[in-house]
Amino acid sequence: MKTRLSALAIAATLSVSALALSGTAQAGATFDGVKQKGYVQCGVNLGLYGFSAPDDKGKWSGLDVDVCRAVAAAMFGDAEKVKYTPLSAQQRLPALQSGEIDILARNTTRTLTRDTANGLNFAPTNYYDGQGFMVSAKLGLKSAKQLNGATVCVLPGTTTEQNVADFFRANKMTFKPVVIEKNEELHKAFFSGRCDALTSDASQLAAIRAAETPNPNDYVILPELISKEPLSPAIRQGDEEWANLVTWAFYAMVQAEEKGITSESVDSAMTSPDPDVKRLLGVTAGNGKALGVEENWAFNVIKQVGNYGQSYERNVGTGSKLKMPRGQNALYTEGGMMYAPPLK
Amino acid sequence: MSNLIQALNSARVRGWLYQGLFLAGALAVAGYLVSNTLTNLANRGVATGFGFLEREAGFEIGESLMSYAASDTYLRALVVGLLNTLSVSAAAVVLATVLGVAIGVARLSSNWMVGRFAAVFVETVRNVPLLLQLVVWYTIMNRLPSPREALEVVPHVFLSNRGMKFPVLADHPGHGWAFLALLAGIAAAIAIVRYGRRRREATGKPFPTLPAAIAAVVLPPVAVFVATGAPLALDVPALAGFNFEGGGSVTPEFTALLIGLSVYTAGFIAEIVRSGILAVPHGQTEAGLALGLSPVQILRLVILPQALRVIVPPLTSQYLNLTKNSSLAVAIGYPDLVSVTNTSANQTGQVVEAVAMMMAVYLVISLCIAGFMNWYNRRVALVTR
Amino acid sequence: MSKEVPTNTTTAWAASYEEEPSQASVPPQANGVTALKPLGWAPVNWAKANLFNTPLNTALTVLCLAILWFTVPPMVNWLLLNAVWSGSSEACREAAGACWSIIAVKHRLIFFGTYPYEEQWRPFLACGLFVAMLGISGVRAFWRPALSVAWALVLIAMGVLMWGGILGLTYVANDRWGGLPITLMLSVFAIALAFPLSILLALGRQSSLPAIRTFCIGFIELMRGVPLVSVLFMASVMFPLFLPEGVTVDKLLRALAGLTLFTAAYLAEAVRGGLQAIPKGQYEAADALGLSYWQKTRLIVLPQALRIVIPPIVNQFISCFKDTSLVTIVGLYDLLTAATVATTDPEWRPYFAEVYVFAGMIFWLFCFSMSRYSQWLERLANRYTRR
Repeated sequence: MKTRLSALAIAATLSVSALALSGTAQAGATFDGVKQKGYVQCGVNLGLYGFSAPDDKGKWSGLDVDVCRAVAAAMFGDAEKVKYTPLSAQQRLPALQSGEIDILARNTTRTLTRDTANGLNFAPTNYYDGQGFMVSAKLGLKSAKQLNGATVCVLPGTTTEQNVADFFRANKMTFKPVVIEKNEELHKAFFSGRCDALTSDASQLAAIRAAETPNPNDYVILPELISKEPLSPAIRQGDEEWANLVTWAFYAMVQAEEKGITSESVDSAMTSPDPDVKRLLGVTAGNGKALGVEENWAFNVIKQVGNYGQSYERNVGTGSKLKMPRGQNALYTEGGMMYAPPLK
Repeated sequence: MSNLIQALNSARVRGWLYQGLFLAGALAVAGYLVSNTLTNLANRGVATGFGFLEREAGFEIGESLMSYAASDTYLRALVVGLLNTLSVSAAAVVLATVLGVAIGVARLSSNWMVGRFAAVFVETVRNVPLLLQLVVWYTIMNRLPSPREALEVVPHVFLSNRGMKFPVLADHPGHGWAFLALLAGIAAAIAIVRYGRRRREATGKPFPTLPAAIAAVVLPPVAVFVATGAPLALDVPALAGFNFEGGGSVTPEFTALLIGLSVYTAGFIAEIVRSGILAVPHGQTEAGLALGLSPVQILRLVILPQALRVIVPPLTSQYLNLTKNSSLAVAIGYPDLVSVTNTSANQTGQVVEAVAMMMAVYLVISLCIAGFMNWYNRRVALVTR
Repeated sequence: MSKEVPTNTTTAWAASYEEEPSQASVPPQANGVTALKPLGWAPVNWAKANLFNTPLNTALTVLCLAILWFTVPPMVNWLLLNAVWSGSSEACREAAGACWSIIAVKHRLIFFGTYPYEEQWRPFLACGLFVAMLGISGVRAFWRPALSVAWALVLIAMGVLMWGGILGLTYVANDRWGGLPITLMLSVFAIALAFPLSILLALGRQSSLPAIRTFCIGFIELMRGVPLVSVLFMASVMFPLFLPEGVTVDKLLRALAGLTLFTAAYLAEAVRGGLQAIPKGQYEAADALGLSYWQKTRLIVLPQALRIVIPPIVNQFISCFKDTSLVTIVGLYDLLTAATVATTDPEWRPYFAEVYVFAGMIFWLFCFSMSRYSQWLERLANRYTRR
């Protein structure tokens, strides 16, 4: 009679597998899948202020979050139709590969390996960055090439660890890394003097210096930028329709800034005589049909999320606590690299 | 047909039948999952396999017990991480045991204040998540002064937020010989202890085991050391550039992790030790006194052997937990196996393989510890006849 | 997992082993000391008998007092006297003590994570119900069948509160849940689901069928041999890859599954301990009565074994409660994750220590009360077994 145990064990195994299979079904193609379920599943950082973090009221906001909101606005006419999946650095690629999320907007650097071997596609870069060093002014350093033998605080996750190692190897210098997963812990370690230098994206360094030191002049940012960090939203390979929508929803924000259309002025812009604006806002039909969404898709994006400049200033720029300058992320007309191909 | 029914009525046949069904079911489920995984990976254009282990890692590791540079392979980087995990776990096991035994005994102290102190310690460290405690210890480490204002605790030992720097003996061939002599001395001491026990059991005459063993351990290395010219030249740490050069050093990450793991586990070990001592009936002590044993002898020959029986099995779990908890190192920047695995997985994107390897390695470590402790448990276990 | 023991009062003989770590150098003393005759003021006598009865004890007492003297005043100053209790971050920059304003500003983020702000009374109420129910379940007078009905009702009420969608409550998907509800629910459901599983595993480990036994041993040792972080990671990240294309399982459910399997392996060992503690005669008597395996297990073995394992189960629950702080690795917003995220705001970043202290106190409060409770349970169990 002991054998009934095995029957029970089988039953348990089967019920576990049944439980596993009782999840929500999802269509194969991402575009149709998203349309069917009625919201965009967006992978974000657990908490990176300015890019994606919940505010005091638990509402997600940030530059990366705005990409997801723009896609939702383009698809559904409602920027709120986004569900956020906070992801740790290790989780993010598998989460996208496995289909758990539809977009990964989590400060991810676009690289060849990720574009190929890891099975990702990248949307246009929504934040251009480069890795630099910050050191205490007391050390009197003028160049990163004087850092031989230094201890360097590194945030893992993007490609930072490799970049620092490359830089020191190229200049025949040595260093000791201290790699800590959480931004706050890392900054604490640096400001308490655990490391001689903090390496991170250069714009971040300025913001960190402004926000976290009593006297920002105590720290200097060395002039060398040791890497290119084009932070881009990523999507799975194999769904061109979805890739197009994500790409052009972002470009619409850039184009709107170029044309001077803000979320406040977009209503009056509907009557603009400019053919480009007419096409952008769907007054002249065509773009929406090509993308497979409503013709007023870009209107919704601009109305609900704002143009790229608005998003930038609100989340990381002068309107935020980070107060980062536009720098490389200004429009190409103002010396930056933000450039939208023609929306026609 | 009736044969079949008869066979089915036999418990043994049915046992095999159920097992067969169970195995077939398990294999089918496993096969299904594996095939799903392979299809999924193939569909998504994701590279698989362990080929990445041979590629250049391209990142540096903060501390390492073997030579490592960014130009080495991922495999070597992972081995460096593994060694770091093992070293911090081994040190923490020793420290946690010492601390745990001390506090467990202190909790039974007749001194009210010492007992309360131990109780507060135990109830605090056991009831706060380890992750939080590690962060607190690391913050404390970072509050130490910078290298240029380092505290010189004793001459040439510097305490700063870069860790502890201390002098070590400068390399000399004499040290190697002295170390060999030490090993020989330990072997001799074990032989002496065995001989002493045999003689006591055979003749009943006590043999001065302890002094003889200590002499056997201490004297040969000292003799060799002196014979090779007593090379006492020190490699002293000195401030150079950003940091101290020379001497030995322990990083703040290692120290914070070591203290955090030891203190947390010591809280549990203290309770185990306390229950182990309480489990030995008082009559045993009285019997020992009646036999004319000294209190130290009672402790060593009567109480401890019996208490160990209660202590060793849960202690094994604590050692296993400690080793596994060292994986939280990633929160405070100690480059352990998990940290290196994370970086490798992030750079190559081959998360599946990296995590599977990490789990396998931890499993092997755990099985080794469990195997050793089970062997020890059998030695101290009660032999019933 | 530790083995709890009843907090017996210190016995005299134990005193002679307090010097155990330094036994070689310090001779034991308490045995030979005769009690002082009660003369004069009672507290003084008490102090003489308990704090200064031997030179070593005097030295230890002085050491303890010195430690208290150097740690308590600065702590009280920082925690209370010099602390800032409300106001802006500017006020905190001036102050020498703790900045509790960050808690005043961020407490709702810490407690409820990303749950919609206007609706946060719902998780608050749900947590209150839950904690109250836990408290009631701890009282012996309520240990009767009606309790499970009450639990079912409370769980339904909690589900309604958290999800909503009916009774005029707006629907809140569980990806918005966070903070304390996540910590509480993950730990309680993990232990509740792990318990039956662990009984099966423990019985399977004792089974006479080699295939079943091997499978159970393999599972238990595998789970106990790897860090919880990697189990959670596998459950959360790898699991979707195991499933056929297009099938996904909720993220919270996956983390719960990982935590449950991990806890079940540990609980199974506790249950096995209980099974092994039952005298062989009980099995033989049951066989002699002609009971089947399941009758024997259900009527004879488990009722006795499970009473023994109640305290280890509570201890495992404490572990599980603390371990939920690791789900941050799979991107869930538990209490500790929400607390760390609260410190990412540049305005408040310098005051992380306050947030950690706050989170630590919450964890401590829950774990300490449960550990006290488990000690009480143990005394109760001992009262039954010691006749």
